[in-house]
Amino acid sequence: MWQALHEELGSLGFVPFTVALDQNPEDPRPYIERANPTHPSVIDTEHLIAELYDIRNVPTMLWIDESGRIVRPHDAQFGTDTFTQFHGKHSEPFLAAVRAWVKRGRGALDPDTVRAHQPLPTPETQLARAHRALAWWLHQQGRGEAAERHFLRAGELSPGDWTIRRGSMPIRGIHPMGPAFFELAKEGVPRYATEALPLPGAEPGRG
Amino acid sequence: MDQAASITLIDAERAVEVRASIVGERVRIAPDALADATGWKLEPRGLCRAEVCVPVRDRAGLVDEVGVDLAAFARAVGRPLALDIAECAAALGTGAAERSARMATLEAPDFTLPDLAGRMHSLSDHRGKKVLLIAYASW
Repeated sequence: MWQALHEELGSLGFVPFTVALDQNPEDPRPYIERANPTHPSVIDTEHLIAELYDIRNVPTMLWIDESGRIVRPHDAQFGTDTFTQFHGKHSEPFLAAVRAWVKRGRGALDPDTVRAHQPLPTPETQLARAHRALAWWLHQQGRGEAAERHFLRAGELSPGDWTIRRGSMPIRGIHPMGPAFFELAKEGVPRYATEALPLPGAEPGRG
Repeated sequence: MDQAASITLIDAERAVEVRASIVGERVRIAPDALADATGWKLEPRGLCRAEVCVPVRDRAGLVDEVGVDLAAFARAVGRPLALDIAECAAALGTGAAERSARMATLEAPDFTLPDLAGRMHSLSDHRGKKVLLIAYASW
């Protein structure tokens, strides 16, 4: 999807930048190889952007303008309709909004609106990230039992952080779409730190 | 140091082995070693890194003849600390206040990460373009 959007809008000064929050780079490899992207497509084993942008679940997307400012904070959006039956969201309104932003400069939000919709970290969510960093280091050292303690502690401190609780499942030998995932879903943990933002209405005659 | 040992300190994805005294849950690190590992120097006016200085209210609680207390240090500089005494390892995170203040500027934080082939890409390479930053995962 992002490759197609890059081909469509790249000449207008647009670039999709995809970041996989996967601790094992082999996990997203099939997706990336299938897309064969000409845009940047990187792997974030350290969860650096989760820390920098306070991201707690994926997929999520944000808009950055030509001067490097955030003009739409990250919210839950989807590039395809593959999982629409699970989350009920369609990709097309968001993709239309991206096109309108690139082609006509529409849809960028003013700074106060962006700030109002940014999720902000708390002492607990940041302590959770420190425990996740410790867990990840211990895991890489082959100290799995100790790593498990800190992955669990991180999840207790920040129960709404799916990048920690679900994102750590593959390297902990837990299937991320198996029973443990459904347990997580049953807890009623909100999927996203913020509700999806409204999208600008589709313009007549867009194309 | 009486109970000479060492601890691995993880700070901003970098793990450094630091000589430390570990007694019970208490970890103390010589001021020089702490400065090498974290960039924070203990000065008469407080804890300083680059141009930033943080005043220390309880100096006796922060440092004694053995070294700087790691937990007190983390509190003084407003950073979360995940500590595992049994594993002799600790991770320093970023404080919520510091992160929130940076996010409020709306400047998109820059980062540099590798693609599958190991080539590095920075967000700032694309200054002058509109960027759709997409976070996803296989899980």
